Amino acid sequence: LSVVTCPDSWEEHAFMFGFCLQQEKLLEGYVGFANLPNQVYRKSVKRGFEFTLMVVGESGLGKSTLINSLFLTDLYSPEYPGPSHRIKKTVQVEQSKVLVKEGGVQLLLTIVDTPGFGDAVDNSNCWQPVIDHIDSKFEDYLNSESRVNRRQMPDNRVHCCLYFIAPSGHGLKPLDIEFMKRLHEKVNIIPLIAKADTMTPEECQQFKKQIMREITEHKIQIYEFPETNDEEENKMVKKIKDRLPLAVVGSNTIIVVNEKRVRGRQYPWGVAEVENGEHCDFTILRNMLIRTHMQDLKDVTNNVHYENYRSRKLAAVTYNGVDNNKNKGPMTKSPLAQMEEERREHVTKMEKMEMEMEQVFEMKVKEKIQKLKDSELELQRRHEQMKKNLEAQHKELEEKRRQLEDEKHNWEAQQRVLEQQKLDKIFTK
Amino acid sequence: MLASNLPWLLLHSRNRQSPFPGLGHSGSGSTLLGYIGIDTIIEQMRKKTMKAGFDFNIMIVGHSGLGKSTLVNTLFKSQVSRWSSGWGGEHKIPKTVEIKAVSHVIEEGGVKMKLTVIDTPGFGDQINNENCWDPISKYINEQYEKFLKEEVNIARKKRIPDTRVHCCLYFISPTGHSLRQLDIEFMKHLSRVVNIIPVIAKSDTMTPDEKNEFKHRVRKELETHGIEYYPQNEFDDDMEDKNENDKIREAMPFAVVGSDKEFQVNGKRVLGRKTAWGVVEVENPNHCEFALLRDFLIRSHLQDLKEVTHNIHYETYRARRLNDNGGLHPISANNTQESNL
Repeated sequence: LSVVTCPDSWEEHAFMFGFCLQQEKLLEGYVGFANLPNQVYRKSVKRGFEFTLMVVGESGLGKSTLINSLFLTDLYSPEYPGPSHRIKKTVQVEQSKVLVKEGGVQLLLTIVDTPGFGDAVDNSNCWQPVIDHIDSKFEDYLNSESRVNRRQMPDNRVHCCLYFIAPSGHGLKPLDIEFMKRLHEKVNIIPLIAKADTMTPEECQQFKKQIMREITEHKIQIYEFPETNDEEENKMVKKIKDRLPLAVVGSNTIIVVNEKRVRGRQYPWGVAEVENGEHCDFTILRNMLIRTHMQDLKDVTNNVHYENYRSRKLAAVTYNGVDNNKNKGPMTKSPLAQMEEERREHVTKMEKMEMEMEQVFEMKVKEKIQKLKDSELELQRRHEQMKKNLEAQHKELEEKRRQLEDEKHNWEAQQRVLEQQKLDKIFTK
Repeated sequence: MLASNLPWLLLHSRNRQSPFPGLGHSGSGSTLLGYIGIDTIIEQMRKKTMKAGFDFNIMIVGHSGLGKSTLVNTLFKSQVSRWSSGWGGEHKIPKTVEIKAVSHVIEEGGVKMKLTVIDTPGFGDQINNENCWDPISKYINEQYEKFLKEEVNIARKKRIPDTRVHCCLYFISPTGHSLRQLDIEFMKHLSRVVNIIPVIAKSDTMTPDEKNEFKHRVRKELETHGIEYYPQNEFDDDMEDKNENDKIREAMPFAVVGSDKEFQVNGKRVLGRKTAWGVVEVENPNHCEFALLRDFLIRSHLQDLKEVTHNIHYETYRARRLNDNGGLHPISANNTQESNL
């Protein structure tokens, strides 16, 4: 560590500082801030991660199976069947949360499903519920970000949208194009070709080319894999880019092939293996989504999509002096006012709770008093009763004693008479 | 059937077992004392049919990408679909449902068949698919109308060209779950107008278990909605027909795979699709039910399809038209007619 001597004059100071900024200083010993990533890592691991994944596509394209295969859990199981097993008349947006743990790292995974998408005869505006959902999550985050107390900020924004394209072999359908055009600026779209075991490799290649051509033609911005400084990673990224959109096959049934247990689909003419790179692009998708680019997806959502939303929302507010928004969010007030309001809210809440508790307490007290009175009465009654009993017995006893006395008297009288008689008898002899 | 009332000659050439049902089925037939040669009439009919040839019109309906054109090519073992007849353009999805008919004459064993494949691009591909079956319905009725006009003419042609749709193959998407709303609506509206044969397309998507379950569910749904697909229950002639048709009805809808490429499998050249994990053989009954569909459609029920179209669907249309207009005026030879048609 080299020490910069403090120059006396201001200009020299500024010059030195500017000079320092442009140069990377070499360290002459081990300081230890290379340990920063580890600290970040440890803190993050303790905090756990969140990730929200949205799956969109017509029913019957294997969305639920793919989710189960990706995360190796039965999110949709026979006990809780996925939305595909229930026919929907209108498009719904459903969320399921699952907590997965691996190697000490926790991931709170939220899957947003859109059953009924594209299934009706008239599918105009079937993307509207999806857009509304994404916007509402952004708004929640915006509101929680603007609060004064920001200790807990759950991130429920949709980080990635997997769009399932039906494997027709021809090109994108008008519905696909419309949906992607409306959502590419709100969420990271990753287009996937579903049920890729329908197509032969040549058909698949042609189909992918056709789709990419149409995507560029309609100026749809799908999720772009970032370029890095690392050569190795760049090669990998390029490989992924060449194979977009990814053709996937999902399955959770295990089949034995050549003495190996693999996940796949058993046909009379062979087994399509899910994790075989030559059969489908499932492994690429999984690696990309979970192992390498999950954090990047979250970052892009945060830095690009969310910022777009935020600037649009705030610009709409500050453009007119009047608040345009239908629901006045707390972000329109200054922090102090906000604090006051929060305090007042809190206080009223506390008061209410206090009152409630007092009421409950009084009620309880009354009850108790009543009970005590009752038992007192009861006791008194018993007391009286016993006293009466006692007196009765007393009287009885008195009665018996008198009887006894009487008998005694009688008996004594009799004895005296007998004695008198005996004496008389002796005297008269 | 109404057919038994019309003279035999008016109907199209076809091979019937007993041309005069009234006479053929009478309990007390007189025993012949020698060989007369009545049974050679079958041979005479056959010769006439071969010379005249016959037409067959098949319509294929389903949203794009289900392999309709490939399947039709495979069925008739030649490039008969729209894509192959010089259509070099891109596969653009049209904005409304179009009807495109392509005709070919194919010959086999001396028998000529004029096959017309009617394709319906744009069906079910839009975002809003309300009433996308209307153009199809209109087309079918137009063909009936054309035939009716010809029939009512004073100076009729000896052989009226038959452009009526004899069979409609409806392609069901192999989602594995159930029928889509559009499928049900289409079949409800059109099962009374034309013979519909539902077919599960691209069935190499599904494993055998999924296939059976899906078929079962589709059949139940069709039943629930009262959709009568061909072969219809009500048109079975006798017990023999009924048994045969029952067996077919149990196996429908057929799960098919189409392909026009050949591959080597075990030293044999077969039509199929080559994937990284195996070759799907189109004509292997363990792999898919294409062979069943082909036998059913072409080898056993081709004539029946035409008959049902003529005797039932066309007659229904004709009766309705006559009732609506209170009588038809025949068209004069030079077509200066002012009939209620």
